[in-house]
Amino acid sequence: MLQEKARLIRQDIVRMIGAAGSGHPGGSLSGVEIVTALYFHVLRHDPRRPDWPERDRFILSKGHAAPLLYAALAESGYFPKEELWTLRRLGSRLQGHPDCKSLPGVEISTGSLGQGLAVANGLALAGRLDGRDYRVYVLLGDGELEEGMVWEAAMAAAHYNLDKVMAFVDHNHLQIDGRVEEVMSPEPVAEKFRSFGWHVIEIDGHDFRQILAAVEEARRTSGRPTVAVAETVKGKGVSFMENQVDWHGVAPKPEQVARALAELES
Amino acid sequence: MEKIATREAYGRALVDLGRLERRIVVLDADLSKSTKTEYFAKEFPERFFNMGIAEQNLMGTAAGLALAGKIPFASTFAVFAAGRAYDQIRNTIAYPRLNVKIAATHAGLSVGEDGASHQALEDIALMRALPNMTVIVPADAEETRQAVKAAAEHYGPVYLRLGRMNVPRIYGNDYRFILGKADWLRRGHMATIIACGLMVAEALRAQEMLAAQGLEVGVLNMSTIKPLDREAVMEAAETGAIVTAEEHNVVGGLGSAVAEALVEMKPVPMKRVGVQDVFGESGSAEELLTKYGLTAGAILEAVKEVIRRK
Repeated sequence: MLQEKARLIRQDIVRMIGAAGSGHPGGSLSGVEIVTALYFHVLRHDPRRPDWPERDRFILSKGHAAPLLYAALAESGYFPKEELWTLRRLGSRLQGHPDCKSLPGVEISTGSLGQGLAVANGLALAGRLDGRDYRVYVLLGDGELEEGMVWEAAMAAAHYNLDKVMAFVDHNHLQIDGRVEEVMSPEPVAEKFRSFGWHVIEIDGHDFRQILAAVEEARRTSGRPTVAVAETVKGKGVSFMENQVDWHGVAPKPEQVARALAELES
Repeated sequence: MEKIATREAYGRALVDLGRLERRIVVLDADLSKSTKTEYFAKEFPERFFNMGIAEQNLMGTAAGLALAGKIPFASTFAVFAAGRAYDQIRNTIAYPRLNVKIAATHAGLSVGEDGASHQALEDIALMRALPNMTVIVPADAEETRQAVKAAAEHYGPVYLRLGRMNVPRIYGNDYRFILGKADWLRRGHMATIIACGLMVAEALRAQEMLAAQGLEVGVLNMSTIKPLDREAVMEAAETGAIVTAEEHNVVGGLGSAVAEALVEMKPVPMKRVGVQDVFGESGSAEELLTKYGLTAGAILEAVKEVIRRK
């Protein structure tokens, strides 16, 4: 079931960005399994009540992967799927980067990198004050780890023992200017989080079993936040986009959309 | 007369507010003794979060707390709040219009000896350029007390600009602060001084000196800079000449806001008293305010000039 959802979401991402004529396919496709597992297996949420106070929260800190979030939200029923084809158009609720004021299901506007984890911490602190047991999940990019604020927030999450916070690092090794390791290496990612006081799990970010096991492990971990450093492939699922840095922020042309969709049919 | 710093009044007001309203939470960035959020921290330790020396994270965390229905007051020095964490305020607080109150102390030259690195002279300009943001600069302790309450009751992001230095009392507790409404402290038909923050007291002194010389001028306390009370500015324009006075760069602050309104409605001779587009330096607050022309005397000269230009 999750495999099938992931396939549909990949198709939506490719179609959406193709229709928009701009957007970020590479980093949307690399996070598909993580976000699919969250929305269709992990999160306690109700698309008919996006303001339900007890809901688990998901924050897309790497806001440029908006098409991934929109596909998961539409597939969950937060808004009609037809709306996906309005992405990035004037007047659309599907802004180039997520806008929580316009689209139900978007917890916080993101796009300027590095800020999602701090927001997650605030939500977790509020949940603790209010005696609520909701959990907060965050998807970070690996290039995003170059933002200093991520580490301010990582320090704070451990300092305040925010065990309701779970982060995923979409470790696809590519950013706009090239390989993450060459542009500005955040390595060793797992060691860094460990030294900041986090419980760290290293997983294959395209393997549902490992993703779900990591979520379970995070639930069992008390007193500190958990991060799953997820090894992923940028552009995953579309052969000509995989591991190609040029597909970070370029839309596929109609014939490329057709090719990609054909690959994603099987 | 007892002088109280607006940061002190803020610290006390937070405690009162914390008693009445459970949703109030307070965050600081290792400056709680200076910003006076320590009073709240002592009274409500479970609702106080020290974020350490990490202002970006301070604002992001406040945003998360607001999303969950809290009313966070995030405090640090103005230079770090408005400057260092500008992008966090822009993208994660103002754009989603979250209910975060940024209470920034140690604004302006009156920080004193710490020097230019710590003297925010552009924070009003930065904050008022953000859609959804409300900007308040209280003139004294009583106005601060009421502004803190008004900020908490207003839904949306608010920037509250507070000072380090002890300032004279202007208002008694019969005063009613209304968000977005300027307050006429004196009426006079020859010109109007529009001031905010600690310059309101200087404006009142200038008004007395001018009155002694037979020049009747009004004094308008423009404590809410955004949204600007355009009706009050129009009324001030009826006096035919305007001087603005602020402890801020004349670029982008109160003077600019008033000038923008005036040129669109009723241009009259005008002069902006404030820091003339330079950085500050070390010195005592009084020495600095004198050196940079933020005095009753400077206001007086400016008023005479605009009256001549009428």
